[in-house]
Amino acid sequence: MEGSLNMVGYGLAAIGPGVGIGLIFAAYINGVARQPEAQGRLQSIAILGFALAEALAIIGIALAFVL
Amino acid sequence: MISADVSRAEGFTPPGPGDFDLQPLFGGTYAFAKPGLQLILAAVLVFGFFALTSRRAVMVPGRAQFAGEQAYGFVRNSLARDIIGSHDFMKFVPYLVSLFFFVLINNLFGLIPFFQFPTFSKAGFAYGLAALTWVLYNGVGIWKHGLIKYLKLQSIPGGVSGPILLLIVPLEFISNLIVRPITLALRLFANMFAGHLLLILFTLGGEYLLLESEQLLYKPVGVIALLLAIAISFLELLIQFLQAYVFTLLTAMYVQGALAEEH
Repeated sequence: MEGSLNMVGYGLAAIGPGVGIGLIFAAYINGVARQPEAQGRLQSIAILGFALAEALAIIGIALAFVL
Repeated sequence: MISADVSRAEGFTPPGPGDFDLQPLFGGTYAFAKPGLQLILAAVLVFGFFALTSRRAVMVPGRAQFAGEQAYGFVRNSLARDIIGSHDFMKFVPYLVSLFFFVLINNLFGLIPFFQFPTFSKAGFAYGLAALTWVLYNGVGIWKHGLIKYLKLQSIPGGVSGPILLLIVPLEFISNLIVRPITLALRLFANMFAGHLLLILFTLGGEYLLLESEQLLYKPVGVIALLLAIAISFLELLIQFLQAYVFTLLTAMYVQGALAEEH
């Protein structure tokens, strides 16, 4: 079997941000379900949190190709 | 496991980063390839759309004017006003609107037939766009607070004092002024790159399994792979829209952070 071990490492590294993003959107859905009128405010907070958690996965994919 | 077996047994070459190096259309040293053409086309399209729909603006909007106003209003209200705040968001609306639609159209080129290449899957273009945002939010902050106060605001969060500052200040400084533009560019680039690579993998792999594979058992798997490629195209459509949104949202947030008195 051929291929780069970097990609296996990236797959492992992506677990963390994956769980994190799941938690963020779970909290967002919960919040909207409890208080639908707060959706506008929660949305931008949720997407900011998503972007920050995703940054880890992005650093991972960059390093997976660079290293 | 199937794809691993196939690539070992029958010589299927999986797509890689090399598939993103396109042949230049013309030019030698400063070669001009498809992404460059798409950038120019996207700029022309965005300008043309808003120029056409707002040229003869009337009190009761027609169909074209309505579409233009809806597009403009979406960015103006849900991005600029909600995040930067109603006091001084109007100055940034032109940049944010053109940024959003410029990124969106460039991303959509990834799915439009005959283009089928998301422009920002070449990292350099994303770096350029993020540099523009970096200059904007730092410029705005320095213009409002002055250089020294701006650097202080960006690197010292409110309510922190004592020896912990030794740890916080370099962290905040690096995070706010150096890492921000890099992650902004890499986020757009990596999403477009990974999505496009996934599409190439599923279409090439499905085609290979269906048409070129010797094993009869692999042919239905090829059909499934091609069907999945269609499903992934729709996922890509969502991601392309979301990434344009996130890029503009973060630009607006950085501008808001640079304008704010308290960190």
